[in-house]
Amino acid sequence: MESITRPLILSCSPHLHSRYTTDKAMRDVSLALVPAALAAAYYFGIRALLVILVSMVSALAAEYISRRIMRRSNSLMDGSAALTGALLAMCLPPGIPLWAASLGAVSAIIIGKQVFGGLGQNVFNPAHVGRAILLASFPVHMTTWMPANGSVVDAVTMATPLALMKAGSMDQLPSLWQMFIGQVPGSLGETSALAILLGGLYLIYRGHVDWRIPGTYLGTVFVLTAVFGTINGYGLIYPFMQLCSGGLMIGAFFMATDWVTSPITKKGRLIFGLGLGILTCLIRFFGGLAEGVCYSILIMNILTPLIDRYTKGRIFGRAK
Amino acid sequence: MKYERRTFPGGTHIQDFKGFTNSLETQEAKAPAKVYIPMSMHIGAPSKPLVAVGDLVKMGQKIGESQGFVSVPAHASVSGKVVGFQRMPIPNGRMADCVVIENDFKDEWLEGLLQTEKDPKSLDPKELAARILDAGMVGMGGATFPSHVKYAPSKEGKKADHIILNGIECEPFLTADHRIMLERPERIIAGLKYMMKLADCPKGVIAIEENKMDAFELMIKLTEADNTIETVVCKEKYPQGSEKQLIYSVTGREVPPGGLPLDVGVIVNNVGTAAAVADAVEFKRPLIDRIVTLNGNGVAKPMNYRVRIGTLYRDLIEQNGSVLGDTVKVISGGPMMGFAVYSLDIPVMKGTSGILVFNEESQVLKREEEGPCVRCARCVDACPMGLEPTSIVKAAKRRDWPEAKVYDVTSCIECGSCAYVCPSMIPLVHYIRLAKQYVTSKDGNGAVNPFLV
Ligand code: SF4
Ligand code: SF4
Repeated sequence: MESITRPLILSCSPHLHSRYTTDKAMRDVSLALVPAALAAAYYFGIRALLVILVSMVSALAAEYISRRIMRRSNSLMDGSAALTGALLAMCLPPGIPLWAASLGAVSAIIIGKQVFGGLGQNVFNPAHVGRAILLASFPVHMTTWMPANGSVVDAVTMATPLALMKAGSMDQLPSLWQMFIGQVPGSLGETSALAILLGGLYLIYRGHVDWRIPGTYLGTVFVLTAVFGTINGYGLIYPFMQLCSGGLMIGAFFMATDWVTSPITKKGRLIFGLGLGILTCLIRFFGGLAEGVCYSILIMNILTPLIDRYTKGRIFGRAK
Repeated sequence: MKYERRTFPGGTHIQDFKGFTNSLETQEAKAPAKVYIPMSMHIGAPSKPLVAVGDLVKMGQKIGESQGFVSVPAHASVSGKVVGFQRMPIPNGRMADCVVIENDFKDEWLEGLLQTEKDPKSLDPKELAARILDAGMVGMGGATFPSHVKYAPSKEGKKADHIILNGIECEPFLTADHRIMLERPERIIAGLKYMMKLADCPKGVIAIEENKMDAFELMIKLTEADNTIETVVCKEKYPQGSEKQLIYSVTGREVPPGGLPLDVGVIVNNVGTAAAVADAVEFKRPLIDRIVTLNGNGVAKPMNYRVRIGTLYRDLIEQNGSVLGDTVKVISGGPMMGFAVYSLDIPVMKGTSGILVFNEESQVLKREEEGPCVRCARCVDACPMGLEPTSIVKAAKRRDWPEAKVYDVTSCIECGSCAYVCPSMIPLVHYIRLAKQYVTSKDGNGAVNPFLV
């Protein structure tokens, strides 16, 4: 018998792997953003795609260069930087200057992720860090909205449905259907609840995302806005309009569900979603801003380790 | 017919790779020119050799005496001459003293074996236990726990109300249990009856995973008339065959950490063990052979072999006609919990259910580099014990052993589900084993173990 020509590989069990890998998952999540990106292109014209492209390329460049400088391994292939870039673009106004989009992506990667030690170490959702930095630095650019008619060129400043609701100008609101399909002013990937829902359900179906976070988040917002709407006499349509407006949908399905910055326990995810819902409503009803999704997520991100700590599951065979 | 599928929380679905061998009838492997019988093929004290170099031995002759209660004797698996003692590696990576017997190829059984002077049905529990011990019976699913110990009356007077035969075989690639259920079902049932008598237990359960419906239907047919035996089907999910998970699936009871199945009134044995018990009781036939699945892309013909204990892996692979030149990995047991071995000159033991040989072209073993934990919680969801593997491993990487203890690292059954699903390819079980070593060391910090600094 021919004998073995090299030492046998020794390794710890298991010797088998599922082949589900981080980069595949990241690519799949990016794929789930395609409907929202297409909706953005449809409503805000080709420039929407340009913003997405610039943001993604800047994120990749920032990831590559910062890791080179810090002498860390090249991580472009894990797909997380590209995804962060795409997610950030989704919550930018379509008319934002391209340099600002680029700056946002670079800060998302460097300040949101790499200074913490890279993927897996970051405390905050990187895309929302980028957005928060842009909002603080360039409030005007970040709140100049375009009509959703495919003509960004002759942009006029528009009020978003959320701003209208906040002001109590319920009569000027677009119809619920327009809000659902995304025919309203707003950030480029946020407006079409329909497109995001498609992508979000795909994520849940593929097992990348636990239904618990979007489920409790949206559920809580629905209940609280229903109560608030009833008190103020806005009618039953109000909670639905709240669900379809602003960054809530994309936040619930794509941002709050970010693996790294959300709890790993099932019970923790319920609490996380509940907290998000309450915070978002508090900001939307009583805060100085019209929108509260981004800050709610950032706040709950800080609480994630604590939530995990106190929601550890029961060990098989141990008493409750 | 529709059957209720039993299951347990956690776990994960794994491609089973059983199609290569599950329909191949077991073949008698040629006995090799020399067998190497380890004196410790069981959990517990090694047995003491009873023979000297030059002695002639018969097949089934006791060549190693059990030492103490948790120990079993070892037997010659061929007839021939004792030619030496050798300390050599065994499949689990440890070393063991082996008795080397040169085969005379006569296969002469020791007189008095393979016959019974008394109706086996009339044996009382004491006699049953003696025959099981005499036959060197251990758990053949891989745990190799001495069988007679499981059935010994417990000091606290605990009694079993269920004996579960484990016919799950949830490890991918392995089909040894599947084959024995198809080929020797009556022996399995007979063995179960003796076990029930031995433990004075009113109920026997044969549990089979749903990827072996042919075996399940056969067993159902054979046990239909007997209302003390129930045959149940379990959902195809890994690690369904793990003792604690199986007990939960069948009875809904949870064995506490550190506890034994008997604590919840259950005894679990492998189906192969049951068949061997029947042979031991009725014919005084010692455990000298077992079914081994030989598989992997490095073997010429995937096969189920009935192999003499003490046959070197090399001899078995050779008679299969496999070319070993580009072999890169050999696994003893299944790919989820088996051991990667570093040599083929190791003997088949009582707990060897499979030998998997892989060469470079194997897609099965392909692994990417370890990446950072992305907190996806897939390991948490997959853990059948309700642990947070990622948290344990994070603590282990920081060498924070008290923290690993907070996450209950010692409850881990090392099933490998977590590492199987981890998208970042983190060898979680490796770190968990490390943490266990430290946590269970005397000062909880591993300082007593010089290999762990
Ligand atoms: S932590 Fe242990 S018990 Fe849990 S999945 Fe991993 S190996 Fe299995
Ligand atoms: S499966 Fe791997 S990457 Fe996911 S949480 Fe567990 S250890 Fe981290």
